[in-house]
Amino acid sequence: MTSPLPIKFYQTGTFTVGNRLLDVSVRSVQSDSQRNNSLNSGHRACQGCGEALGARYALDAAMRAVNGRLVVANATGCLEVFSTPYPESSWRVAWLHSLFANAAAVGTGMAAAMKVKGRTDVRVIAQGGDGGTVDIGFACLSGMFERNDDVLYICYDNEAYMNTGVQRSSATPAGARTATTPAVGEAPGNVMNQGKNVPLIAMAHFIPYVATASVADLRDLETKVDKAMRVHGARYLHVHVPCPLGWGCDTGDTIKVARLAAESGLYPIFEAEYGEITGRRMIRKRVPVDEYLKLQSRFSHLFKTTEGRARVAQIQAIADRNIARFGLVPEGAPA
Amino acid sequence: MLKQCEGSQAVAEAVALCRPEVICAYPITPQTHIVEGLASLVKSGALSPCEYINVESEFAAMSVAIGASAAGARAYTATASQGILYMAEAVYNASGLGLPIVMTVGNRSIGAPINIWNDHTDSMALRDAGWIQLFAESNQEAVDLHIQAFKLAEELSMPVMVCMDGFILTHAYERVDVPTQEQVDAFLPRYVPRQSVDPDDPVTIGAMVGPEAFMEVRYLAHAKQMEALELIPQMAEEFRRVFGRSSGGLVRPYRCEDAETIVCALGSVNGTIQDVVDEMREAGVKIGSVSLCSFRPFPSAALGKVLGHASRVITIEKSLSVGIGGNVSHNLRMSLPGRDTKVYTVIAGLGGRAVTKASLRRTFEAAIRGTLDPLSFMDLNVKAVERQLEREKAARRTGPAAEAILRDLGPTVGASASTTTHGPAAGAAH
Ligand SMILES: Cc1ncc(C[n+]2csc(CCOP(=O)(O)OP(=O)(O)O)c2C)c(N)n1
Ligand code: SF4
Ligand SMILES: [Mg+2]
Repeated sequence: MTSPLPIKFYQTGTFTVGNRLLDVSVRSVQSDSQRNNSLNSGHRACQGCGEALGARYALDAAMRAVNGRLVVANATGCLEVFSTPYPESSWRVAWLHSLFANAAAVGTGMAAAMKVKGRTDVRVIAQGGDGGTVDIGFACLSGMFERNDDVLYICYDNEAYMNTGVQRSSATPAGARTATTPAVGEAPGNVMNQGKNVPLIAMAHFIPYVATASVADLRDLETKVDKAMRVHGARYLHVHVPCPLGWGCDTGDTIKVARLAAESGLYPIFEAEYGEITGRRMIRKRVPVDEYLKLQSRFSHLFKTTEGRARVAQIQAIADRNIARFGLVPEGAPA
Repeated sequence: MLKQCEGSQAVAEAVALCRPEVICAYPITPQTHIVEGLASLVKSGALSPCEYINVESEFAAMSVAIGASAAGARAYTATASQGILYMAEAVYNASGLGLPIVMTVGNRSIGAPINIWNDHTDSMALRDAGWIQLFAESNQEAVDLHIQAFKLAEELSMPVMVCMDGFILTHAYERVDVPTQEQVDAFLPRYVPRQSVDPDDPVTIGAMVGPEAFMEVRYLAHAKQMEALELIPQMAEEFRRVFGRSSGGLVRPYRCEDAETIVCALGSVNGTIQDVVDEMREAGVKIGSVSLCSFRPFPSAALGKVLGHASRVITIEKSLSVGIGGNVSHNLRMSLPGRDTKVYTVIAGLGGRAVTKASLRRTFEAAIRGTLDPLSFMDLNVKAVERQLEREKAARRTGPAAEAILRDLGPTVGASASTTTHGPAAGAAH
């Protein structure tokens, strides 16, 4: 789905799909020495920060897609704080931070300004963390969708309020330990829920484009950003970005953890146009959720008791349901 | 052009003459007719180019205005009451980012108990948000202040709130001179932002500022408002030259020259006060009044000059700083350093209670006699509140007092007699 050429994965054995094997014209944006470096080095994100990685790839792809004619509205959160400690800035794009909850609305305002001034070449991205998107920013986001404003909203989902010290958001997965869902008491960790699926809610607005992506597959992320920027109207991209600090995983395992989220079925990667699913990233090598959960200390309490084990089984059921629902494994493939 | 029209319609036309490029609208009584008027002007093409955005909340209204203004467009919105509190965070943000947004506030009380009628609690709640706050005395002044507001905002790079009394002004039909497009164009140049979010000159706006610079940033906001103290009168004078009438400025004294008693107030109540001043002058009382057109910045020096020789000052205030009393008087005392002027704080007209000439006169006369309390509540139903305080003393209870007061007053008050608990304003649009 991501590559226009029939690249055989066994040639590299990785998801990077070695750019060496591709024609120059279809190589990744990041491999281009002329890339924009939209989120430049020197920022203060933690080592292995998935959000920094995702934002860098997403914005560089967007800048290439629109020839540098881009303005960005950013919500409060790690991405904002680690990139702009006054008087420094890591941004090499026109960038504005206003508040935690209003990035989508600020994006709407920027798009309106560009339209009224006849600068239709200038495009708008609004972006924020999961808290700023699926919780406090949700009303502004839904309003922007409903009016079909010409904004691409990118949510970097690290599954909690990281900037304030890892508190639970409504994107925090079932069972996870956070600072406000501690691993104590009878039901340690987060409630065993199905979560709030904002990509699906976005689709219910029948907007032109909705997609999920992950730093596990950066080429896919680039492709989706590129595609999104070639469409007008409200668009939504939800990117899974592991946070080593909040998840309690090794800083060298960011990509691996993200990949296991997708390969276990816990994080389905798909895209949709006007409310209909048009593409999905098939699971190549299905893994049980244990493999994903065990790399992260936020789930470690689940493996210490029999009750915890039962919860892991419930999490496995969530993954199985995703796989069935989105058709992530070819029919007849071994479960 | 002279016409007889509703205040909101006149303001909508005045705003349109200022050629706003992005208008954000979220309805709340009594602001609705303003944004409805603008919707027609944009949809019909009379105001073009302009993007009219029906947002999903006041928080979004101010946020869209922030995005639009930061990207270089002239942005406008209007709200009132609960709406301004709902957007409060963004109100502060707009001034912190130095964005010249203009917002009308159709002044209305704040609940609970929910109440749609006029007072100044809403604007007062945001008085420290770093916006310039101008209060209109009449619909003509509301029109004129909007035209000045855009210019003021853009020269200072600071947002401006034009406050006009809900219903009393917004819904009143009065004779208004709505200027021509040529006049407004001659007064108000095109908006050229100093800095904007622009791919041609990419900058980072809204960075995190720590203790090393935050005080300085705040100080500069204050210093700029002090500059506005110079600019506001200049702008009023320039306005007078172009439009041939005076509107705005910092303070508008009325028969104050030799006055021993001076009444000070914000907004439309000044008209009633002036009538009372006339009547009392006829009876030989040395009384005058002063309308505070600018509440932020607070014109301490200009007001001090007006009040200089008075031996007593009475503030008529449509907001209550619960736990202390007056907002205006509290500020006004700064204009009277080292003087032993007596200051009487009179809370009046909360939640739309009529401020009548008779009550004003009684109040002024009591102050002159020396029998007025330093803090008083004009036309308060003292018996009703005393009974309630007695009941509460007898049996401790939690929860709201509104229903108890309504029950106490019995079926004679208002149209709400038939609804017992949660519908005191039955039939009104909220
Ligand atoms: C109105 C408001 N409430 C709370 C905060 C505090 N706050 C700032 S960032 C943040 C967490 C951000 O979480 P998320 O959006 O998920 O982004 P992350 O830091 O995880 O990338 C919170 C709670 C705030 N700045 N504004
Ligand atoms: S806390 Fe997490 S999201 Fe924030 S900078 Fe560190 S790794 Fe990135
Ligand atoms: Mg987060």
